[in-house]
Amino acid sequence: MIETIRFWAIITLVGAGVFFTLVSAIGVIRLPDVYTRAHTASQTDTLGASFTLAAVALALGWQHATVYTVLLLFFVFVTNPTAAHAIARSASDVGIDPWTADDARDQDDTGGDSR
Amino acid sequence: MMPTDLSEIFLAAAAAFVVLAIVMFYRAVAGPTTQDRLLAVNVLGTNTVVILALLSVALEQPWYLDIALIYALLNFLMAIAISKFTVERGGVL
Repeated sequence: MIETIRFWAIITLVGAGVFFTLVSAIGVIRLPDVYTRAHTASQTDTLGASFTLAAVALALGWQHATVYTVLLLFFVFVTNPTAAHAIARSASDVGIDPWTADDARDQDDTGGDSR
Repeated sequence: MMPTDLSEIFLAAAAAFVVLAIVMFYRAVAGPTTQDRLLAVNVLGTNTVVILALLSVALEQPWYLDIALIYALLNFLMAIAISKFTVERGGVL
Protein backbone atom coordinates (compact mmCIF):
# COMPACT_ATOMS: atom_id res chain seq x y z
CA MET A 1 0.00 0.00 0.00
CA ILE A 2 2.64 2.51 1.05
CA GLU A 3 4.82 1.34 -1.84
CA THR A 4 2.01 2.07 -4.30
CA ILE A 5 1.55 5.58 -2.88
CA ARG A 6 5.31 6.17 -3.10
CA PHE A 7 5.44 4.89 -6.69
CA TRP A 8 2.67 7.20 -7.88
CA ALA A 9 4.09 10.14 -5.91
CA ILE A 10 7.43 9.64 -7.71
CA ILE A 11 5.69 9.47 -11.08
CA THR A 12 3.68 12.62 -10.34
CA LEU A 13 6.79 14.52 -9.24
CA VAL A 14 8.79 13.47 -12.32
CA GLY A 15 5.88 14.43 -14.60
CA ALA A 16 5.57 17.84 -12.94
CA GLY A 17 9.32 18.40 -13.29
CA VAL A 18 9.34 17.53 -17.00
CA PHE A 19 6.24 19.72 -17.55
CA PHE A 20 7.76 22.78 -15.87
CA THR A 21 11.05 22.32 -17.73
CA LEU A 22 9.06 22.14 -20.99
CA VAL A 23 7.35 25.44 -20.07
CA SER A 24 10.78 26.91 -19.30
CA ALA A 25 12.15 25.79 -22.67
CA ILE A 26 9.20 27.28 -24.54
CA GLY A 27 9.57 30.54 -22.62
CA VAL A 28 13.32 30.81 -23.16
CA ILE A 29 12.86 30.19 -26.88
CA ARG A 30 9.73 32.23 -27.57
CA LEU A 31 9.66 35.28 -25.26
CA PRO A 32 10.82 38.58 -26.77
CA ASP A 33 13.12 40.10 -24.15
CA VAL A 34 15.96 39.23 -21.78
CA TYR A 35 13.86 40.29 -18.76
CA THR A 36 10.89 38.10 -19.65
CA ARG A 37 13.26 35.24 -20.39
CA ALA A 38 14.89 35.71 -16.99
CA HIS A 39 11.43 35.65 -15.39
CA THR A 40 10.35 32.38 -16.99
CA ALA A 41 13.77 30.77 -16.56
CA SER A 42 13.95 31.53 -12.85
CA GLN A 43 10.36 30.54 -12.08
CA THR A 44 9.71 27.41 -14.07
CA ASP A 45 13.25 26.08 -14.16
CA THR A 46 13.52 26.26 -10.39
CA LEU A 47 10.20 24.42 -10.06
CA GLY A 48 11.16 21.79 -12.63
CA ALA A 49 14.54 21.06 -11.05
CA SER A 50 13.07 21.01 -7.53
CA PHE A 51 10.26 18.60 -8.43
CA THR A 52 12.61 16.24 -10.24
CA LEU A 53 15.19 16.28 -7.44
CA ALA A 54 12.40 15.66 -4.91
CA ALA A 55 11.37 12.62 -6.96
CA VAL A 56 14.98 11.38 -6.94
CA ALA A 57 15.18 11.86 -3.15
CA LEU A 58 11.90 10.01 -2.69
CA ALA A 59 13.08 7.13 -4.88
CA LEU A 60 16.39 6.78 -3.05
CA GLY A 61 14.76 6.30 0.33
CA TRP A 62 16.83 6.32 3.51
CA GLN A 63 20.46 6.37 2.32
CA HIS A 64 23.49 8.58 2.41
CA ALA A 65 22.80 9.69 -1.15
CA THR A 66 19.45 11.19 -0.09
CA VAL A 67 21.33 13.76 2.01
CA TYR A 68 23.25 14.82 -1.11
CA THR A 69 20.03 15.07 -3.09
CA VAL A 70 18.27 17.19 -0.47
CA LEU A 71 21.31 19.46 -0.25
CA LEU A 72 21.30 19.76 -4.03
CA LEU A 73 17.55 20.58 -4.02
CA PHE A 74 18.04 23.30 -1.40
CA PHE A 75 21.05 24.71 -3.25
CA VAL A 76 19.26 24.84 -6.63
CA PHE A 77 16.19 26.35 -4.98
CA VAL A 78 18.28 29.17 -3.48
CA THR A 79 20.84 29.89 -6.19
CA ASN A 80 18.77 29.70 -9.38
CA PRO A 81 16.60 32.82 -8.71
CA THR A 82 19.70 34.60 -7.37
CA ALA A 83 21.58 33.99 -10.61
CA ALA A 84 18.58 35.09 -12.69
CA HIS A 85 18.34 38.28 -10.60
CA ALA A 86 22.05 38.99 -11.13
CA ILE A 87 21.72 38.47 -14.89
CA ALA A 88 18.65 40.75 -15.15
CA ARG A 89 20.40 43.38 -13.02
CA SER A 90 23.50 43.28 -15.23
CA ALA A 91 21.25 43.66 -18.30
CA SER A 92 19.67 46.71 -16.65
CA ASP A 93 23.08 48.19 -15.77
CA VAL A 94 24.42 47.68 -19.27
CA GLY A 95 21.43 49.63 -20.61
CA ILE A 96 19.16 47.16 -22.37
CA ASP A 97 15.66 48.65 -22.65
CA PRO A 98 12.72 46.50 -21.58
CA TRP A 99 10.33 45.23 -24.23
CA THR A 100 7.01 47.12 -24.25
CA ALA A 101 3.69 46.89 -26.09
CA ASP A 102 4.85 49.60 -28.52
CA ASP A 103 7.54 47.22 -29.78
CA ALA A 104 4.88 44.62 -30.51
CA ARG A 105 2.85 47.20 -32.44
CA ASP A 106 5.91 48.21 -34.47
CA GLN A 107 6.65 44.57 -35.23
CA ASP A 108 3.07 44.06 -36.41
CA ASP A 109 3.23 47.16 -38.62
CA THR A 110 6.44 46.13 -40.29
CA GLY A 111 5.50 42.49 -40.39
CA GLY A 112 2.78 42.97 -42.98
CA ASP A 113 -0.19 41.70 -40.97
CA SER A 114 -2.08 45.00 -41.28
CA ARG A 115 -2.01 45.04 -45.05
CA MET B 1 5.94 -1.94 -7.70
CA MET B 2 9.17 -3.06 -9.28
CA PRO B 3 12.27 -0.90 -9.08
CA THR B 4 13.06 -1.62 -12.73
CA ASP B 5 9.97 0.36 -13.72
CA LEU B 6 11.29 3.29 -11.73
CA SER B 7 14.72 3.21 -13.32
CA GLU B 8 13.15 3.11 -16.79
CA ILE B 9 10.95 6.07 -15.85
CA PHE B 10 13.99 7.98 -14.63
CA LEU B 11 15.89 7.17 -17.82
CA ALA B 12 12.96 8.41 -19.92
CA ALA B 13 12.82 11.63 -17.89
CA ALA B 14 16.58 12.10 -18.38
CA ALA B 15 16.10 11.66 -22.15
CA ALA B 16 13.33 14.30 -22.10
CA PHE B 17 15.61 16.67 -20.21
CA VAL B 18 18.39 16.10 -22.77
CA VAL B 19 16.00 16.92 -25.64
CA LEU B 20 14.80 20.10 -23.87
CA ALA B 21 18.42 21.13 -23.21
CA ILE B 22 19.27 20.72 -26.90
CA VAL B 23 16.21 22.85 -27.78
CA MET B 24 17.25 25.51 -25.26
CA PHE B 25 20.78 25.59 -26.71
CA TYR B 26 19.28 27.62 -29.59
CA ARG B 27 19.01 30.63 -27.28
CA ALA B 28 22.65 30.29 -26.21
CA VAL B 29 23.73 30.35 -29.86
CA ALA B 30 21.32 32.97 -31.25
CA GLY B 31 20.82 35.25 -28.24
CA PRO B 32 21.23 38.89 -29.28
CA THR B 33 22.94 40.05 -26.07
CA THR B 34 25.50 38.56 -23.70
CA GLN B 35 22.88 38.35 -20.96
CA ASP B 36 20.65 36.15 -23.15
CA ARG B 37 23.50 33.71 -23.71
CA LEU B 38 24.42 33.74 -20.03
CA LEU B 39 20.83 33.03 -19.00
CA ALA B 40 20.57 30.15 -21.47
CA VAL B 41 23.86 28.65 -20.26
CA ASN B 42 22.66 28.96 -16.65
CA VAL B 43 19.43 27.09 -17.47
CA LEU B 44 21.46 24.45 -19.33
CA GLY B 45 23.65 23.98 -16.26
CA THR B 46 20.61 23.43 -14.04
CA ASN B 47 19.34 20.89 -16.60
CA THR B 48 22.70 19.11 -16.48
CA VAL B 49 22.49 18.87 -12.68
CA VAL B 50 19.02 17.33 -12.91
CA ILE B 51 20.14 14.89 -15.63
CA LEU B 52 23.09 13.79 -13.45
CA ALA B 53 20.78 13.20 -10.47
CA LEU B 54 18.33 11.18 -12.62
CA LEU B 55 21.15 9.06 -14.07
CA SER B 56 22.53 8.54 -10.57
CA VAL B 57 19.30 6.99 -9.33
CA ALA B 58 18.56 5.11 -12.57
CA LEU B 59 21.99 3.52 -12.99
CA GLU B 60 22.59 3.16 -9.21
CA GLN B 61 25.82 5.12 -9.18
CA PRO B 62 25.62 7.37 -6.08
CA TRP B 63 28.89 9.18 -6.79
CA TYR B 64 27.24 11.00 -9.72
CA LEU B 65 25.58 13.19 -7.07
CA ASP B 66 29.00 14.56 -6.03
CA ILE B 67 29.62 15.68 -9.59
CA ALA B 68 26.12 17.21 -9.69
CA LEU B 69 26.77 19.18 -6.49
CA ILE B 70 30.09 20.56 -7.75
CA TYR B 71 28.50 21.35 -11.11
CA ALA B 72 25.73 23.34 -9.40
CA LEU B 73 28.30 25.31 -7.37
CA LEU B 74 30.42 26.14 -10.44
CA ASN B 75 27.32 27.04 -12.46
CA PHE B 76 26.17 29.58 -9.88
CA LEU B 77 29.68 31.04 -9.57
CA MET B 78 29.96 31.33 -13.38
CA ALA B 79 26.65 33.18 -13.68
CA ILE B 80 27.51 35.67 -10.94
CA ALA B 81 31.07 36.26 -12.21
CA ILE B 82 30.15 36.78 -15.87
CA SER B 83 27.22 39.08 -15.06
CA LYS B 84 29.54 41.17 -12.88
CA PHE B 85 32.33 41.29 -15.48
CA THR B 86 29.80 42.26 -18.15
CA VAL B 87 28.90 45.39 -16.19
CA GLU B 88 32.36 46.38 -14.98
CA ARG B 89 34.54 45.67 -18.00
CA GLY B 90 32.10 45.72 -20.90
CA GLY B 91 31.82 41.99 -21.43
CA VAL B 92 34.05 38.96 -21.44
CA LEU B 93 33.50 37.87 -25.02
